[in-house]
Amino acid sequence: MKYEAVIGLEVHAQLLTDSKIFCSCSTKFGAPPNTHVCPICMGMPGVLPVLNKKVLEYALKMALATHCKIAPYSVFARKNYFYPDLPKGYQISQYELPLAEDGYIEIEVDGKKKRIGITRIHMEEDAGKLIHDPYRPLSYVDFNRTGVPLIEIVSKPDIRTPEEAVAYLKMLRSILRYLEICDGNMEEGSLRCDANISLRPLGSSEFGVKTELKNMNSFRHVERALSYEIERQKSILESGGRIVQETRLWDETKGITRSMRGKEEAHDYRYFPDPDLVPIVIDKDWIEEIKRGLPELPSEKKRRFISQYNLPPYDAEVLTSSKSLSEYFEETLKEYNRPKVVSNWIMSELLRQLNKDKKEVTECLIRPKDLAGLLKMIEEGTISGKIAKSVFEEMYMTGKTAKEIVKEKGLVQITDETALRGMAKGILDRYPNQVKEYKGGKKKLLGFFIGQIMKETKGKANPQLVNKIFKELLDEE
Amino acid sequence: MKISKEEVLHVAKLARLSFSEKEIGLFTHQLNQILIYMEKLNEVDTSKIEPTYHALEITNVFREDDIKPSLDKEKVLSNAPKKDRDMIVVPRVI
Ligand SMILES: [Zn+2]
Repeated sequence: MKYEAVIGLEVHAQLLTDSKIFCSCSTKFGAPPNTHVCPICMGMPGVLPVLNKKVLEYALKMALATHCKIAPYSVFARKNYFYPDLPKGYQISQYELPLAEDGYIEIEVDGKKKRIGITRIHMEEDAGKLIHDPYRPLSYVDFNRTGVPLIEIVSKPDIRTPEEAVAYLKMLRSILRYLEICDGNMEEGSLRCDANISLRPLGSSEFGVKTELKNMNSFRHVERALSYEIERQKSILESGGRIVQETRLWDETKGITRSMRGKEEAHDYRYFPDPDLVPIVIDKDWIEEIKRGLPELPSEKKRRFISQYNLPPYDAEVLTSSKSLSEYFEETLKEYNRPKVVSNWIMSELLRQLNKDKKEVTECLIRPKDLAGLLKMIEEGTISGKIAKSVFEEMYMTGKTAKEIVKEKGLVQITDETALRGMAKGILDRYPNQVKEYKGGKKKLLGFFIGQIMKETKGKANPQLVNKIFKELLDEE
Repeated sequence: MKISKEEVLHVAKLARLSFSEKEIGLFTHQLNQILIYMEKLNEVDTSKIEPTYHALEITNVFREDDIKPSLDKEKVLSNAPKKDRDMIVVPRVI
């Protein structure tokens, strides 16, 4: 039988506010343990949490960017469970009446567009951090992260393949980063993803028994964990077995998912409205105000890059994958308006270097106008395309401009025809046998002669000119 | 019976509490009394009334996103029965 996977993702995004969601403690990452903690986030008796307005604004931005309907009235709820990283014994979250529901985003896999629905987006607080002792049966609690604001984005079960799941996750991350509300770092946990996955016979509309996957800390983990889980469930179903509804952890080193069974009580969170926090009422004016403040989002920008700059969809996709990269591209165009040439240089040379060093374009020493300067020098024939690549590398390492490097190293292209003709004659005199073979029909040797002159000029000879000179010299007799 | 002995045991487990057989019997009885009393509310016709999510009429109380000093570390840790390197030590949970 052929099976189809049904996947839904629950994504938690840490919001980039300065202070926590319900108290004025700092959210800064990496502080010494238990130094960003106060009676409110520790849940001491008698304290009163108050919502950080920026958290609400950020959540509204994400909701509107993903076409969700904003609830005119929403409330916070307490999710009750005991765990050492949760000092109050409950997490403040939203349950009934979440902030936003019923949106979607568009993804593209193998050139095919697909809409993935979003069930809901709500606000909640993060829990503390547990560090487990490797030798003794002890855990250490650091409450600094307790109360850091999160939004949870729950997708509809519209995802069918691991590739779609990754595309969805990448698009969510891209939107979050365009909105500048989350840094989207999966390795550091500012963007987290859990997955629900079940299989069903292809063509069926019922849902199978699902498992919940956790502990996937990168796009690669998500893709591998889902692929593994599809195969695991398939082999159970094919041998007549039954899937057990459970939570499974992805083990990246072993490349498998493992059951958490026994570690976990049945979900029974006994949610109820939090009496400490008053309801939130959002009117149309507020929604309009937030909408007006939204930046151009990745999918719109991609469409614009294709139509305005005549770029292939792939180029537009890569260039708009991050806001800063798209801005780098457009800044460069202001000084050198040949979109496809600029795109080629960014996509090959620039991204190759940045990916190698795991750097963001914002950390790049080459400024957009310096890249434009380099491209102008190629166009004007001052340097060859080949030399330009080594100049580019030097620019990347030092932050110097192309002009400075070309001047320092004397890399200006030789376009003096008389000088090049002289050199070419010398080379032909030195290789009489090759000249004979060439004249006997071995025309490929032209490349050999050009290679010799490039060696002598350290690549500075203008290749078109050299080509012309050799042809004239060899074919004239 | 509004609540069974098993339900009382389940709630106790979720709250990480354990009771003697005698206490379970007592709490089951008491919780039943409370729930039977609450049952009176069902006598009122609420079909045309919106559910109440909050007792207060106030909405939209916010604070600005400003950082204020947190509590002294010593105070934070002062209630912890066991601590080590400024962290609270608990029995291992995983
Ligand atoms: Zn606090």
